[in-house]
Amino acid sequence: MPRIVFDKVEKSFGSVNVLPPLDLTFETGEFTVLVGPSGCGKSTTLRILAGLETVSGGEIYFDDRPISKLEPKQRDIAMVFQDYALYPHMNIAQNMSFALRLGKRPKSEITAKVNEVAETLNIRHLLDRKPAELSGGQRQRVAMGRALTRDASTFLFDEPLSNLDAKLRAKMRTELAEMREALDKNMVYVTHDQVEAMTLGERIVVMKDGVVQQQGSPEELFKRPVNMFVAGFLGSPTTNFIAGHLTEADGALRVQGTGFDLPLAPELAARVRDRSDGLRDVVVGIRPSSIGLEPTGAQLELTTKVSEYLGSQSVLVTHCGDQEILVELESSDRIQTGSTLSYGVNLSELMLFDPKTEQRI
Amino acid sequence: MTTARANRFTPYLFLAPAALILAVALMYPIGYMVYASFLDWNPSQTIGEAEWVGLRNYVNLWSDAAFLESLGVTLSFTAVVVVIEMILGVGLALLLDRELRGMAVLRTLFILPMMIAPIVVGLMWRYMYHPTVGIFNRTLKSLGFEPIPWLSDGSWAFASVVIADVWQWTPFIFILSLAALQSMPRSALEAARIDGATGWQITLFIKLPLMMPVLIVTALLRLIDSFKVLEVILVLTNGGPGLSTEIMSLRISRTASEFRELGVAAAMSNYLLILLMLITMAMFTYTKIQERRTAAQRAASEEA
Ligand SMILES: Nc1ncnc2c1ncn2[C@@H]1O[C@H](COP(=O)(O)OP(=O)(O)O)[C@@H](O)[C@H]1O
Ligand SMILES: [Mg+2]
Repeated sequence: MPRIVFDKVEKSFGSVNVLPPLDLTFETGEFTVLVGPSGCGKSTTLRILAGLETVSGGEIYFDDRPISKLEPKQRDIAMVFQDYALYPHMNIAQNMSFALRLGKRPKSEITAKVNEVAETLNIRHLLDRKPAELSGGQRQRVAMGRALTRDASTFLFDEPLSNLDAKLRAKMRTELAEMREALDKNMVYVTHDQVEAMTLGERIVVMKDGVVQQQGSPEELFKRPVNMFVAGFLGSPTTNFIAGHLTEADGALRVQGTGFDLPLAPELAARVRDRSDGLRDVVVGIRPSSIGLEPTGAQLELTTKVSEYLGSQSVLVTHCGDQEILVELESSDRIQTGSTLSYGVNLSELMLFDPKTEQRI
Repeated sequence: MTTARANRFTPYLFLAPAALILAVALMYPIGYMVYASFLDWNPSQTIGEAEWVGLRNYVNLWSDAAFLESLGVTLSFTAVVVVIEMILGVGLALLLDRELRGMAVLRTLFILPMMIAPIVVGLMWRYMYHPTVGIFNRTLKSLGFEPIPWLSDGSWAFASVVIADVWQWTPFIFILSLAALQSMPRSALEAARIDGATGWQITLFIKLPLMMPVLIVTALLRLIDSFKVLEVILVLTNGGPGLSTEIMSLRISRTASEFRELGVAAAMSNYLLILLMLITMAMFTYTKIQERRTAAQRAASEEA
């Protein structure tokens, strides 16, 4: 199981630069989730790692071995594709054993391995069917099985769950999480779904336009996003961003804007004071879950426009001045549409961003 | 109730004129040919004056050495050209199925031969095969080799017509194979690369099996077509030298016009027709089996 290092890897398709020099490290045995919006270069990164695309510059190392010129078969990698990419003319057993058969392994070993993997994935009864005879969820399992049958050192997943319905996706997510514990392998998992990223990732790498925005544990990324993009991308419902400006009264920093005037938590105030650029205009980031009905000494007057019932939680679409603000509440707190109430803000979770650089303060 | 019934018959009513014309235009000549094949009929007679001989024409053909020779030539011509064209066409498609600069131009060039009228193809090749001024023999001569009797020696003449046919029809197989290749699921090919397959193994284990349905239909179409080939050979060799390139359609036309045996010619045509019908039926059966299989698979996958 190698440690994988991307050293200034670049990729262009013609004149389109998809990856500006990219530096990225995947530690031995780590489960890394690469997450970002569609078209940000996640698949390209994965395909470069698999050897399906060449690099336009830079080098990839497996431990200290440069591999960017190697064929896929020389990289000891297994991959699960978004559309599963099963061989339509082979039955499931043949699909799963293709790599082993090419490797000229003994028949008994191949049969044993296929049966073993089929057993763990509950697809034993499908072994002599063709891919066209399976449902989407079953195909997905087979694709997973085909990758598992090879004892590759590194597993790559390119949005493997995106073609499944919501219920099946949740189920497979749990199974994947179990598999992650059971297998001691390098795994790189690509998704555009932040929920998948948060539930699965040991380490999450957030990408945008081919540039790594931030990497770290799910909690780290959620609690301490480095910029507005990460703060807005992770977490659902999405973070509220409101324009505001800093004021100082009685030696205490406050942030004001249309319809609100909030004090800053001490640590945040200290960080603001540490800046020497005399920043006044800021963007305030408040997660919908940081707003509640309990008074906290930092109140917001909000008018409820729409209430979306989600079961145990409800999401309120409210207005504060002319800005829309999402609020997440327990469903037991019934809020009348059109009513204006005073809500408490959890100040320790309040974020401030520099509107020019979009970096968090 | 009555409107419903009327509605049910309306389509047939509208179809009737077309069906009638089709029946007259298609069935009448075939019926005429079948009827004529039971006659001893000379072109100077009207069909009513011809003598009814029953199956004599059909039976006699089997002891007619020239007919058997021509049947043999047709079968070997068909077998040889279809095999060569399939190998070349599929091979070329496999080679050229990639994004290269100028590929679009190259593809257009490749399909040009198919678009030229067969008579013209025949004339073109006849000039090129010309014993003294043809390009082949002139080239051979300038390189210091002996000229080749392209059209005047039995075996060479057979090879020459095969070459001309291969030149004209390989593009047909090339185009269909290329279409099959390009509609192939790209990710399955990538999965095979990751599974460790070499280029050859991908071709052998993934591409060719996936192309097979298209290849089988293509081969059958070519088979049917090459049984009926006439113009190119007519222009190139007119069946000669001797009977070495006299394929069935030539034999039929000569029987009718030179030997003035309309009944025998009709019987031969019917043998050819039966042969073609068998092949066509094989093709239909194949596609039907294929359809049934995909339908079954779809049903199974919907059930699951
Ligand atoms: N083969 C290709 N040729 C040209 N452009 C491509 C190719 N593959 C991907 N791209 C472009 O690269 C960008 C990143 O694509 P991709 O890595 O597939 O994004 P993601 O997987 O994050 O959605 C997209 O803008 C896409 O249009
Ligand atoms: Mg993608």
